[in-house]
Amino acid sequence: MAAEIEFAAIPIEVTVNGQKHQATVEPRTLLIYFLREHLGLTGTHVGCDTSQCGACTIQLNGRAVKSCTILAVQANRAEITTIEGLARDGALHPVQEGFREKHGLQCGYCTPGMIMTGVSLLEENPNPTEAEIRHALEGNLCRCTGYVNIVESIRWAAEKMGGKNVSR
Amino acid sequence: MFPASFGYVAAHSVEEALQLLTRQGEDAKLLAGGHSLIPAMKLRLASPGTLIDLGTIPGLRGVRIDGDTLAIGALTVHADVAASDLVRQRLPGLAEAASVIGDVQVRNRGTIGGSVAHADPAADFPVILTALNASFVLQSMSGTRTVAADDFFTDFYTTAMTAHEVLTEIRVPLPPAGSGTAYVKLPHPASGYVVVSAGVLVTRRASGSCASARVALGGLGSGPIRAQGTETGLQGKSLTPEVIAAAAAKAAENADPTEDTYASAEYKRHVATVYARRAIEAAVERAVTRNS
Repeated sequence: MAAEIEFAAIPIEVTVNGQKHQATVEPRTLLIYFLREHLGLTGTHVGCDTSQCGACTIQLNGRAVKSCTILAVQANRAEITTIEGLARDGALHPVQEGFREKHGLQCGYCTPGMIMTGVSLLEENPNPTEAEIRHALEGNLCRCTGYVNIVESIRWAAEKMGGKNVSR
Repeated sequence: MFPASFGYVAAHSVEEALQLLTRQGEDAKLLAGGHSLIPAMKLRLASPGTLIDLGTIPGLRGVRIDGDTLAIGALTVHADVAASDLVRQRLPGLAEAASVIGDVQVRNRGTIGGSVAHADPAADFPVILTALNASFVLQSMSGTRTVAADDFFTDFYTTAMTAHEVLTEIRVPLPPAGSGTAYVKLPHPASGYVVVSAGVLVTRRASGSCASARVALGGLGSGPIRAQGTETGLQGKSLTPEVIAAAAAKAAENADPTEDTYASAEYKRHVATVYARRAIEAAVERAVTRNS
């Protein structure tokens, strides 16, 4: 006998920034809205809402993804990291620090997504070239800075982290 | 933006997905990574009554060698196809195609099976998989059948799959020694989708002549098209730059691309000849240097 189809409320269990959450969601609830409106984690932004701009980037099971194009039910039993989960004990993640040090933002709207993608990049490639950083950021759009300082911010973080893989 | 309401169920096995699919009929859609379907649902271009989520079915992910075939699970995400050592070593053209889809985040989530089943005329996988003579394993309640790429992509967003089938595996024949593969693409600068792309599989004899060639083009029709004039122009010939250029010049001779705001039909036909040439040159170079 096949599983039943559910229309109204689906129970899910998601670990976000190390904390386990249980909730029931409508199938059409997008992950970004689950994070923002159900969990109150508004650091992740809705930008274009069409999987292009990357403002909604989070890590899902360790990989950078666009949470506007994932259903909350698809994240059942997944581990999620959002921008709120990067700082530890009051200390910013080096990529966050880099954006501050190198003035990697103006309006700040794209910043959480940029940082999440930057963090994922440095986990895979701790010592990226400028070209590699730019390539990694192809799915994140910024309409203010023109990317120069964003690239420098991530480069700064790579140097701060000593080019080492510090997957957290 | 929100999709219209729908029912959801996560299938635990292909068999369970098939039972659900049979029960729900055409009202149901299969969900893999969701990177084509969810945007379409958010834009209300699609409003399926039920989504059957294949995402957590075990065993549909990963790349393996099965005899003389590379078998790719339908749920394998683009990033894993692009990063697979097996793919990079044996079918670099396929790795190239996987690595230029969308962006990092899209490649971390979108699946090869989803891309193939969605059959977007501006997608990358259908083109390279047609060039590579891949076939698709379709499972239904009544059994399993395998459909070659040449017969699979039948129209815009339309394939030979019936509403009661699940695509479980992509099978790519491992090319013989002396073969090279390549994929090149002119992406739309905003969306990253294919304006024109070319996928090539060429097999070269030790003498330097062309034993066989398959050239597929994207962006020129309702799905991938074979550049038959180009293939014939290479077949049996010595693979010199002149022969390649002359063959590539015929790439778009039977194509009738639609004009859009970005590119005229004439431009697309011209780019097809250039990109076909570049892809053939890259494939031939690999055939020469990687004589395995």
